[in-house]
Amino acid sequence: MSQIRELGYKDLPLGGKILDAGNSENYETGGWRTYVPVHDAEKCTNCLLCWIFCPDGAIFVKDGKWAGFDLKHCKGCGICAEQCPPKVKAITMVKEEK
Amino acid sequence: MPGLKELSKRKELLSSGHRMCPGCAAPVIIRQVLLSTTTNVVVGNATGCLEVSTSIFPYTSWRCSWIHNAFENAASTVSGVETAYRALKKRGRLDADYRFIAVAGDGGTYDIGLQALSGALERGHKMLYICYDNEAYMNTGIQRSSSTPLGAHTTTTPAGKVIPGKREFAKDLTGIVAAHNIPYLAQASPSHWRDLTNKVAKALEADGPSFLNIISPCPPGWRYPQHLTIKMARLAVETCFWPLYEVENGVWKINHMPKEKKPLDEWTKQQGRFSHLYEPKNKHILEKTQAEVDRRWEELQRRAS
Amino acid sequence: MAKTLGLTGNEAVAYAIMQINPDVMAAYPITPQTALVQKFADFLADGDVDTEMILVESEHSAMSATVGASAAGARAMTATAANGLALMWEIVYIAASNRLPIVMPVINRALSAPINILCDHSDTMGCRDTGWIQIYSENAQEAYENTIQAVRIAEHPDVLLPAMVTQDGFIISHGMEDVTILEKEQVQKFVGEYKPHYPLLDPEHPVSYGPIDFHDFYFEHKKPQVDAMENAKQVILDVGREFSKLSGREYGFFDAYRMEDAEIVAIMMSSTAGTTRPVVDELRRQGIKAGLLKLRVFRPFPAEEIVAALQGKKAVAILDRAISFGAQGGALFSEVCSALYNAGQRIPVINFLYGLGGRPAEIENIQEVYQKLQRIVQTGKVDNLINYLNLRE
Repeated sequence: MSQIRELGYKDLPLGGKILDAGNSENYETGGWRTYVPVHDAEKCTNCLLCWIFCPDGAIFVKDGKWAGFDLKHCKGCGICAEQCPPKVKAITMVKEEK
Repeated sequence: MPGLKELSKRKELLSSGHRMCPGCAAPVIIRQVLLSTTTNVVVGNATGCLEVSTSIFPYTSWRCSWIHNAFENAASTVSGVETAYRALKKRGRLDADYRFIAVAGDGGTYDIGLQALSGALERGHKMLYICYDNEAYMNTGIQRSSSTPLGAHTTTTPAGKVIPGKREFAKDLTGIVAAHNIPYLAQASPSHWRDLTNKVAKALEADGPSFLNIISPCPPGWRYPQHLTIKMARLAVETCFWPLYEVENGVWKINHMPKEKKPLDEWTKQQGRFSHLYEPKNKHILEKTQAEVDRRWEELQRRAS
Repeated sequence: MAKTLGLTGNEAVAYAIMQINPDVMAAYPITPQTALVQKFADFLADGDVDTEMILVESEHSAMSATVGASAAGARAMTATAANGLALMWEIVYIAASNRLPIVMPVINRALSAPINILCDHSDTMGCRDTGWIQIYSENAQEAYENTIQAVRIAEHPDVLLPAMVTQDGFIISHGMEDVTILEKEQVQKFVGEYKPHYPLLDPEHPVSYGPIDFHDFYFEHKKPQVDAMENAKQVILDVGREFSKLSGREYGFFDAYRMEDAEIVAIMMSSTAGTTRPVVDELRRQGIKAGLLKLRVFRPFPAEEIVAALQGKKAVAILDRAISFGAQGGALFSEVCSALYNAGQRIPVINFLYGLGGRPAEIENIQEVYQKLQRIVQTGKVDNLINYLNLRE
């Protein structure tokens, strides 16, 4: 992806088209974060509400179970922690050391 | 519609790495919309936050085919795509099945795109038009639109010493769309994901145009902390400011009856755009808004009874 | 076999579109284009064509839908005039920038205000820099044949640019002429099957159209449009040669009438050339070496070829049917002057602005043009660079 910035005009797809569908996954937005979500597996019920409410698709789910945060893309908004059900509260937001 | 475990196994068509603000509701909405179907889709996107943040060349966040044309013409652009689909199918040049989704904000729908939307609905294209309604022109810096609520501070209706924010109620766009008598339309909220995904699935199978107006809270525009986005969406529903309802073949139905209709104040008091309304001299504006919300809610219940 | 029918310019182009049988045609009515779309709707209603037609609610949506259809992978067309073209302007530019080979007949009409439904070229001249190929037609026959050729030119892989094919409103669009029409099969074979360039409707290859560029890519996305325009020159000539085998008529960048030994020359576009030919013939009978250069292709502008055609001429008049307010004469005049200057040619030139809002350009008006040229040759002086033909003082 960094190479495309070096390309001259003759080598770009015509008309500004982007042919590599979904390639923004190569662009990291994790650096925007101030607070990082921390997950407590013992409390988690795998309801996946955090997943469906994540603006950044930054929650991995495997076989229907919570499987980690994608910290390359998580912007630290904290919706996951806020929406984790009150009786569960398996996610807390912690100031991130950089 | 399947539950979250099933949905989580589907392919995400909106990839990470988009540049929407932290806590923005729009990508939550789009993820829920795109997870609602397993058919090929083409998305047509009006100019706006979602469009600019998901397509900064050379990056695209769209794993499906996607087209941005201009601000006011998402409906007419997708009309063209859908018509091309029918032509190519008819002529045997395309095998795959597709569904078509136009997406625009309230600026691109209530205001500058209203004519194109009305035209496309009347012509009967089989497409789903989605308005993610964040109640102002957020992409250009929070200017008022015809969806901005009464009294809200925006950069073109600033709360000043003399004028206390926007002076008009929001337009009832969903009602305007209903007047087109299309097969399916609804209001939805990302807080109610099951309702939203059900509606998308229904809309995409409707025999003709369909429309969803989806409330899309905006942390910088509404001035609330970014982690409260889903809560703000839910409160809009629970206060009946944003009732969840659908109109299917002319039949109105309320999809979510709040157990207890919350006072609008529970929603407005958490948003900085309304903070000036809590000064004593502006209290009447809040009362007026509450009265209007009540009136529209009553009217909706009458229609749905 | 080809047959000759009495057709208006609008009907002739409707025939062309029927025979092309595009996948999608979007349209919105505007005088003087309405008859074109009505005729096409007749063809559709009678089953002569099976195009999917979108009858939109505005020209802005006509071009928007055409862009959507073309990006989806369809051969897509629309047609308009004047204010309609002005309304779609935003998307006209986008169509070209997305490299969509849309073909659009434009029935030239004056722009408002005052509102005027009659011919001039202010509409298409106003969007001459949008990245569209522009082909101007003298009569219904040319409008018909240019429309068919435009499909091949626009869709050529070296080009991939949209093309507008014009004809003069009312003068041509509503005037009945004998028009020789090819067989539908000939036209179908000529235009061939459309092979879209990265269409939206390709399940194996999803594509994003119309992203946002900043300073780091926008310029690189513009230069290929310049190159494509340059490439279009050869393609226009090649397609013209191939088409002439079907029609017997020559199609290049321009029609050079009695130019070889001409000393005084008028350059113009569209139907006025038809009025000018007999004037040239009459001058020739009087022993005056008059010539006519009727430009067919305004974009890409064939500068070198025009310079070559004007080599050794003694005075040249350039007729513009649109004003470029505040500029040094009309757009065609500026282009020709610029071409001559860059080629080091110092031929005396004058500009005539004429025919605005349907103001007639009669035989005597064209005679006046050549009289002025004769005077320049005699005196060696250009009194008035910019002239207004048939304007009440």
